[in-house]
Amino acid sequence: MAKDAPAIRTERLNLYYGEFQALFDVDLAVKPGIITALIGPSGCGKTTLLRCVNRINERLGYVRTTGRIEVMGEDIYAPGVELAQVRKHIGMVFQRPNPLPLPIRDNILFGHRIHREGPRVRRAEEDRIVESALREVLLWDTVKDRLDRKATSLSLEEQQKLCIARLLPLKPKVLLMDEPCSALDPKATQTVEEMLWELRGAYTILIVTHNMAQARRASDECVFMLMGKLIEHGPTDDMFVTPRDSRTADYIEGRYG
Amino acid sequence: MSQFTATPRNHRQHRRQSVVKAIFLLMTVLLIVPVLLILTFLIVKGAPVLSFEFLFAMPENGMTAGGILPALVGTVWLVTVALLASVPVGVAAAIYLSEYAPDNWLTRAINLAIINLAGVPSIVHALFGVGAFVLFFKFGTSILAASLTLAIMTLPVVIVSTLEALRSVPQAFREACWNMGATRWQTIRKVVLPNSVSGILTGVILEVSRTAGETAPIMFTGAAFFLPFLPQGVLDQTMALSLHLFVISTQVPGVPEGFPYGVALVLISLVLLMNAISIGFRTWLRGRKKW
Ligand SMILES: Nc1ncnc2c1ncn2[C@@H]1O[C@H](COP(=O)(O)OP(=O)(O)OP(=O)(O)O)[C@@H](O)[C@H]1O
Ligand SMILES: [Mg+2]
Repeated sequence: MAKDAPAIRTERLNLYYGEFQALFDVDLAVKPGIITALIGPSGCGKTTLLRCVNRINERLGYVRTTGRIEVMGEDIYAPGVELAQVRKHIGMVFQRPNPLPLPIRDNILFGHRIHREGPRVRRAEEDRIVESALREVLLWDTVKDRLDRKATSLSLEEQQKLCIARLLPLKPKVLLMDEPCSALDPKATQTVEEMLWELRGAYTILIVTHNMAQARRASDECVFMLMGKLIEHGPTDDMFVTPRDSRTADYIEGRYG
Repeated sequence: MSQFTATPRNHRQHRRQSVVKAIFLLMTVLLIVPVLLILTFLIVKGAPVLSFEFLFAMPENGMTAGGILPALVGTVWLVTVALLASVPVGVAAAIYLSEYAPDNWLTRAINLAIINLAGVPSIVHALFGVGAFVLFFKFGTSILAASLTLAIMTLPVVIVSTLEALRSVPQAFREACWNMGATRWQTIRKVVLPNSVSGILTGVILEVSRTAGETAPIMFTGAAFFLPFLPQGVLDQTMALSLHLFVISTQVPGVPEGFPYGVALVLISLVLLMNAISIGFRTWLRGRKKW
């Protein structure tokens, strides 16, 4: 695979919820190792697009998808693709933090344990995994003394970071985030953004956000969607300063909902 | 006049409020009074005959003297075997329905059928039990046949109460697991069951212990009017408290007046004891609950 080949590529992607078409011929190429923000008015299909990339939409029996999605050069809808592997390599973070009702330590090890092949690893090795994942999300120093406490006892901000941390032991290529800061206050949002910036480079991050300032601060490239169609995709600075499409300009300046 | 003083409209609302509250209170009292009356009546009439001997001696003189040991032991047998039979099946069925079954017309039809099954009269179950267990499977009239009949009868409620416990586990937990690539079974084993086991067990024990009072389903399938010995295994017939109560109140002359009340009191205490155990169990599990 060429070095700057796209990490995520969709080709003529259409998605139908029963009769209702939510995505129209979406052609998108997300570059590896950077943060790409997905913006657009409510209901334009951001979540839907995101959920196609780890094939979670299919759980709804009435969803039909046409077109192609490649992740790291491989068609993830090809026959013979194992869903467990797709989900392992493509992590997802939700709007509301959803840590499991387990101790912090077991939350981090959960994914590792369910995907582990072969015998149980030694405790020291597990400790190393936990520490490195928590360090990556800048949470280690805050929680290192209470790894056995329930994850649900953390603050929302810490919970959200934990939800990101628990993906990392699986060594995902891509992290999908659906409005990860919308349940957080501005201060917490800022620390999560700082953390995203730390993760940048090691992972390809696709993040949905309603917050224009956040898209502007915390992304390299920006994708604007409207009514299920991809309208514009370019470097964030260019898009916010000189949008090519007039509809993008309208949205950025707050003329849509 | 201050803008915060009550208007006539406020006064009317307050009056209506008190009336409505009084009505609801009255209904609650109406509900509780009969229960209390029954209990008091039973205790007053039944307590005098209760004794160590009454509980742990064999009946004598055509059940007009002695104790009720075989009936007490029999009821414990019947409920225990029914529990062992219905819990695994009911819980597994509920897990399938809640965690695996696709949401389609077939699943909805099955759910509806289960709810309706709970309304089938117990005498119908009794006849089914005779046909299926006593005759077809040739268990004869035995604890096994009677307990299986009780188990079939409680399956619907066991399933429904297990479903409720499973559904009380937030969907977000499942989503979190699926999104990390966990299989359904991994999700169930590591997250869903640990967080619903207390609800499942309590519900199930509660439902099954209710069958201790059933008479019709066991009358033709395994319970006997009178047996001078204790059951030795599941293929034996047995006496049971519920049937014994019926027999000594209506079929046998010369039973002392307190006897039936004593039996009823023992039966109720047994059910209450099982309920208490299941509630204690739940409290204990809750204490260890991780969220
Ligand atoms: N499960 C579903 N079944 C049917 N229609 C759906 C479903 N999920 C989303 N839709 C519809 O698809 C369209 C796109 O929804 P989507 O959730 O992707 O929008 P969004 O851009 O994420 O919006 P928001 O910013 O509010 O999160 C909407 O019109 C929505 O009503
Ligand atoms: Mg959304």
